[in-house]
Amino acid sequence: MVANKDLLFYLIHLADNALVAGHRNSEWTGHGPILEQDIALSNIALDLIGQSRNFYQYAAEISADGSTEDSLAYLRDARAYENCLLVEQPKGDWACTIAKQFFFSTYQYYLYQHLQQSRDATIAAIAEKSVKEVAYHLRWSGEWMIRLGDGTDESHVRMQQAIDSLWPFTGELFIGADYELNLAKVNISVDPSILLTQFNNKINSVLNEATLNLPANVWMQTGGKHGVHSEHLGYLLAEMQFLQRAYPGATW
Amino acid sequence: MEKHEWPLWEVFIRSKQGLDHKHMGSLHATDAQMAIENARDVYTRRMEGVSIWVVESKSIHASSPEESASFFDPASDKVYRHPTFYDLPDQLKHM
Repeated sequence: MVANKDLLFYLIHLADNALVAGHRNSEWTGHGPILEQDIALSNIALDLIGQSRNFYQYAAEISADGSTEDSLAYLRDARAYENCLLVEQPKGDWACTIAKQFFFSTYQYYLYQHLQQSRDATIAAIAEKSVKEVAYHLRWSGEWMIRLGDGTDESHVRMQQAIDSLWPFTGELFIGADYELNLAKVNISVDPSILLTQFNNKINSVLNEATLNLPANVWMQTGGKHGVHSEHLGYLLAEMQFLQRAYPGATW
Repeated sequence: MEKHEWPLWEVFIRSKQGLDHKHMGSLHATDAQMAIENARDVYTRRMEGVSIWVVESKSIHASSPEESASFFDPASDKVYRHPTFYDLPDQLKHM
């Protein structure tokens, strides 16, 4: 019998990943380098926030403690957030945003592909719907990696800097948290370590075309899946949650 | 700013119902691949289409407004050019 607690943790983890990634992208809305890309990134932000809503709604349903998708998103503090460290990193310049999206979309793409076979029908259905969206995010960010990596001297340097600064946050993605591994045993989740080969192959093929390199011998940061975050998440939540904190229950 | 150097593209979208690609508007992109992706994001986000064409605006040659009198007016009194004098069989679609 699967502990409901593991499932709840896992759903919150999936939802937090998507919400924080989506919120970071939404910081570009109105500030994109060109109208068309502003819209492209805002679309991706909306896709991700939509995915997080699906997972939060399911989590609220099984928690049966009066939680709602809104209370889960707006009324938890950083320590209760289980998103990976990668998605909470600041949006930085365009290169940072692209590299972060590319790493995260590659991970999400293979994860959702596997979750389509989850024994939990709701997770499988959300994954099936979301994997199409993520396939486009991956294509979009991968194209930009190649354009900028194999572009001008400056774009190449900035892209390489973005990769060097963000790569240490990718290791955590493939180290299963206890709730992930417990659920993987009963085919509800995936042991993320099995995604690593596909992830590396995709990253390497795009980086190769983009004339970019992965840093060698990097210390991989961990902690996000257990609520131990970098300082950036607190600032993100402060902004995202301000309205519900200052005006509880506000609607419009 | 460099962004002003991105070429302009005209976007044509075929909707679910239509057979022809209709002109939707224009956008900026560095090449055809990016123009198609931008068109997807800008012009199909409300399920407007199932197929996209993009053409670089500079490749489109247009008739000149000053010549419109000599171009188009002579056709206005030649009603016999319309195929309205024929009875179309019911089987004929898309006319």
